[in-house]
Amino acid sequence: MANTTTAPHDDPALVVAFEARIAAGESIEPKDWMPERYRRQLTRMMSQHAHSEIVGMLPEGNWITRAPSLRRKLSLIAKVQDEAGHGLYIYCGTETLGVDRHDLVNQLLDGTAKYSSIFNYPTLSFSDVGVIGWLVDGAAIVNQTILAKTSYGPYARAMIRICKEENFHKRQGFELCAHLAKGTPAQQAMVQDSLNRFWWPSLMMLGPSDTNSPNSGELLRWKIKRKTNDELRQRFVNLTVPQVQALGLTLPDPDLTFDEATGNWTFGEIDWDEFKQVISGNGPCNHERLAARRKAHNEGEWVRAAATAYASKRKTASSEAA
Amino acid sequence: MTRPSVAGNRTSGAANPLVDYLLRIADDRLVLGHRLSEWCGHGPILEEDIALSNMALDLIGAASALLALAGTVEEKGRDADALAFFRDETAYRNALLVEQPNGDFAVTIVRQFLFDAYSVLQLDALSRCGHADLAAIAAKSLKEDKYHLRHSSDWMLKLGDGTPESHERTQRALDTLWRYTDELFVKDAVDDATAALGVSIDLDAIRAQWHQLVADVVGRATLTLPTSTVRAAGGRVGRHTEHLGHMLAEMQIVARSHPGATW
Repeated sequence: MANTTTAPHDDPALVVAFEARIAAGESIEPKDWMPERYRRQLTRMMSQHAHSEIVGMLPEGNWITRAPSLRRKLSLIAKVQDEAGHGLYIYCGTETLGVDRHDLVNQLLDGTAKYSSIFNYPTLSFSDVGVIGWLVDGAAIVNQTILAKTSYGPYARAMIRICKEENFHKRQGFELCAHLAKGTPAQQAMVQDSLNRFWWPSLMMLGPSDTNSPNSGELLRWKIKRKTNDELRQRFVNLTVPQVQALGLTLPDPDLTFDEATGNWTFGEIDWDEFKQVISGNGPCNHERLAARRKAHNEGEWVRAAATAYASKRKTASSEAA
Repeated sequence: MTRPSVAGNRTSGAANPLVDYLLRIADDRLVLGHRLSEWCGHGPILEEDIALSNMALDLIGAASALLALAGTVEEKGRDADALAFFRDETAYRNALLVEQPNGDFAVTIVRQFLFDAYSVLQLDALSRCGHADLAAIAAKSLKEDKYHLRHSSDWMLKLGDGTPESHERTQRALDTLWRYTDELFVKDAVDDATAALGVSIDLDAIRAQWHQLVADVVGRATLTLPTSTVRAAGGRVGRHTEHLGHMLAEMQIVARSHPGATW
């Protein structure tokens, strides 16, 4: 069987030394030697993460102009702005691996890069904003808290900072849902409907099941990932079910039961066909999300050209003056 | 028998001129902040998504404080949200400039620059006015708006003196929006009435300073100051362009669909 974990030109002695560092729990820094596959896996994961932040601005951004109170409007703008900041921060982190942000953005726009499946679902009511903050940021935190211990230093440090903000978003989202759950009958129905629509996609967000996760083995061995997708998913369900109960809401899963022996909430089978459709570009909003990103990019072309032209004129002027 | 008179006032001002005065300042910021928030997720570069959102947050934050103050002064039990979400377009008092649609990035930047240059002068004067609450809000917003002006001035230079295309787009935006700038400096009965209460700013002096500031940046941006004397006004008394109604329809839809609900 072919060894897929190292590229042919990696010096086996260096790989052994590298894996010893990983085993010893050391942090890998940008200038350290690393196997080509490690670099590629990290580039893939980090750029997917950055793309997810950027595409993730769209479903919630969809409600900025309709937010029904000034306070909600301000917190929603601030949240979407935070996501832009996270995207920028992780793109910069990815550049420490020797890739160019513009190339990554082009991969997103031409459809070859992936981003989180969850953002391909439409936001159909204002309470979706609350449920996304609560569940989607909640699931992201479960994933990213573990990623904060990832072996690649720049990514780990980015995650620590980002998790702090995501925690705030999650609390804000939960607070909105709690408010609506105690609101008018229409608001209660609205938030229940949001939960019904976003529950299963939130579980899918934590990635394919361990039996069908092609990258997991290598990622775990190199401590890029520290927990499997299914472990993270179970943790997310265990954390979230009591919160749903506390709000007097229900989850759209008749098989959801508490297992006294393991202390876990066992849940029904995820529709993996739907997941496959969404990640392969056929989800409800894949087309719209990429179209919106392409439109912003294309319409911004002349602006970026102007900024570049102006900067080079300034450079010429200052060098002539010197 | 006498027939009922059909002769009314030329404009229907609010009973309390200070409320109208505060609404003018608040609505400029709410409407412009809302327009900027429409860019969120759709900016030409990621850094601008962040910057435009920041300015939207500052402006809507200032509007919230000003609307709350207007509601208190009015004494009709309307809070900031009631004033933002349950007033029709004819009750809005913002200048026409800020309700103009985003257009391309040049329109957004020119609109922002023309307003920022006015706003820093206006807020500086208001921070020294005779109404303590208004002066405090103005002083806080002034710090933020100085950054906005720096940002929009920078972009005026980049776009005006960037490429032939950006120059042309920016000149066109300047020519189109110019007609809406005069309104910012027109004094009317509301200004006279609040002046009697110790709340007034010298709009003639601000106009002159604004003109100097704008002419300087426009010149450095290699753009030409418009010479057209065509003027459009009416926002201060609720006579808006058709754009505001559509903006408010979107902004108010959820709040108005659930009367009595809180969020």
